[in-house]
Amino acid sequence: MTALEFLGLLLIVAGFSTLPLLLAVPLIWVERKVAARIQDRFGPNRVGPYGLIQPIADAIKLITKEDITPAGTDKFVYNLAPILSVASVVLMWAAIPLGPNQSLIGVDLEIGVLYIIAVASLGTLAVMMAGWSSNNKYALLGAFRVVAQLVSYEVPLVLSLLIPVLFAGSLSLQDIIIAQHGMWFILMAPLAMLIFFVSAQAETGRAPFDLLEAESELVAGFNIEYSGMKFGLFFAGEFAHVATNGFLIAHLFLGGWQGPGVTFNGPWWSTLLGIFYFVLKASIFYFMSLLLRNSVPRVRIDQLMDFNWKFLVPISIGNLVMTAFLVMITNAAGFGLASYQPLSEATFFELLPVTLVLFLGNVVVLAVIVGTFGRQLREERLTVEAVAAGD
Amino acid sequence: MIAQYIAFGVFAAATLGGAVALVWSRNLVHSALYLILSLFGTAGFFVLLSAPFLAAIQVLVYIGAIAILFIFAVMLTRSLTNITDLFNRQMWVGALTGGLLFITVLVGIILPVWGPNGSLAEGLPRSVDVATTRDIGLQLVSGNGYVLPFELASILLTAAMIGAIVIARESE
Amino acid sequence: MNILTEWTPIGLFFIIAAVLPAAPILVAQLLNPSKPNDIKLQTYECGVETVGDTWVQFKVQYYIYGIVFLVFDVEMIFLIPWAIAFNELDMFAFWAGFLFIFLLTDALVYAWRKNALEWE
Repeated sequence: MTALEFLGLLLIVAGFSTLPLLLAVPLIWVERKVAARIQDRFGPNRVGPYGLIQPIADAIKLITKEDITPAGTDKFVYNLAPILSVASVVLMWAAIPLGPNQSLIGVDLEIGVLYIIAVASLGTLAVMMAGWSSNNKYALLGAFRVVAQLVSYEVPLVLSLLIPVLFAGSLSLQDIIIAQHGMWFILMAPLAMLIFFVSAQAETGRAPFDLLEAESELVAGFNIEYSGMKFGLFFAGEFAHVATNGFLIAHLFLGGWQGPGVTFNGPWWSTLLGIFYFVLKASIFYFMSLLLRNSVPRVRIDQLMDFNWKFLVPISIGNLVMTAFLVMITNAAGFGLASYQPLSEATFFELLPVTLVLFLGNVVVLAVIVGTFGRQLREERLTVEAVAAGD
Repeated sequence: MIAQYIAFGVFAAATLGGAVALVWSRNLVHSALYLILSLFGTAGFFVLLSAPFLAAIQVLVYIGAIAILFIFAVMLTRSLTNITDLFNRQMWVGALTGGLLFITVLVGIILPVWGPNGSLAEGLPRSVDVATTRDIGLQLVSGNGYVLPFELASILLTAAMIGAIVIARESE
Repeated sequence: MNILTEWTPIGLFFIIAAVLPAAPILVAQLLNPSKPNDIKLQTYECGVETVGDTWVQFKVQYYIYGIVFLVFDVEMIFLIPWAIAFNELDMFAFWAGFLFIFLLTDALVYAWRKNALEWE
């Protein structure tokens, strides 16, 4: 590899690395505006037209704030934690395709999705390091809880992630997107998408799972002792992480850049169209996450853990087994996914029967869930309402 | 080719350096972090051996789960974070044992295989195909493949979980 | 040498990902005031003096969650190659995977019944 090629590679890598951080800036504005409008107020509208310069003003403020490092902290670990937290998000962007062109992805890794999950687990480590090195009881307590939450929700995340991988037969994200040429995976596995969405919300610490930043309890948790830009980095990293999760869902279940008129490695207008579709789909999920944040109350830590281990994990296991069973049956019967390999050539109508079967399978699983848990949940809701009405 | 040597050097430094620092450090939490560095080095080696799947699961399981459990356990024994003695009284016995073990491994395993007269003296037999994750999957559940170890692994995991719960819940 | 063509950019990503967040911190160090005094450097505990050593009573529950997660993590990494190769495999492969998942669901049920998954 010549020096010039290496320099070009370095520039590409630097470009992809700065994207998530640059993306965090308008996202902060969107977040605050949407939250404000839902709460029937204006949100930032003084700094620049419609408050668009607000995030930049915030960044300047954070940079110029005094950085107070309390005594007794483990300096190296304390400084490393926010860097690791942001680094984990930046590294995810190495494997996420941005468009229908092989050059619009950092590296199309053969193990794409697994790499993304592995790198996300580095963020968990960063939280632990932040909590411990702050030399603060509340930070440590907050960090333990956060790590327990992040670690628990990785299980349904990966289990529901296995389903698009099963359909496409590959871990590489471009392959998964290309395999959705005929049929988007959301129609074949809606339940998996829901589970993935909920787990992703919990993984990034968004409401209703935002115990991490529960401002009214534990006083901001593991980042109590962080001020100035280090705090800003945790913050920006979290926003970028939520956006990245939105991209992931769009790629895994909604077909990424697939859409009418887009071909892989096609002409420039096809590429632009693909990017547009992809950003549109990702925005839908980001917006859903914002809506969820501003309308749902926070759950308690024990509710959080129960929800994961007693509800999400059994459901995702059941969903995986049911989906695998149906794929096997349809493969044996002759109209399954194996008969239409490679999936990038299959059309919508060819895949329709297998999609219907899988969709019905999901409905059956959902019916089982509602039947099993429905009674219990209904009783709980009635007792809560009775208590509320009795006061 | 030079990039491979650089990469090998970096990963070797990370693995061995992390291991040495882990043993040498007097702060248990720092030791846990050096362990993580060492595990990263191992993941790097897996990449160099064209096994990216193993590298990813090394990071995911070892660093994302086991290292976190180590850190939890270290924080449980917080009173031991400030050990001042670097050596204890069994130092010489330990050094002797370590040296003997090293020589045994060198003479018994490394030299017969990789040494000048060893079985791989002409270089490793090069295979043209590199196994992919799909191949692992095909082998893992095929009848003449590794399906029995696959099922035994799940029994082992079940036993591990039951054991951990029994021990941790002893107070009931 | 295609493993390196694929992974050298990742190596570069690691380096840049480590350097990139450090840049705003360094800029901040240059630009921010630094007036430490005794009170600012104290550990935060709702505005009062800290009481007792900085360690918390460790709940065993965290560790149990960690162990259960570890077991499921290892299960997942066994299932990944199974899922990738699934479309090309026969019925036997499905039942092998089903047995694997069933045994681990068994372990989850055990943990559930033994109240190992309760927060308190």
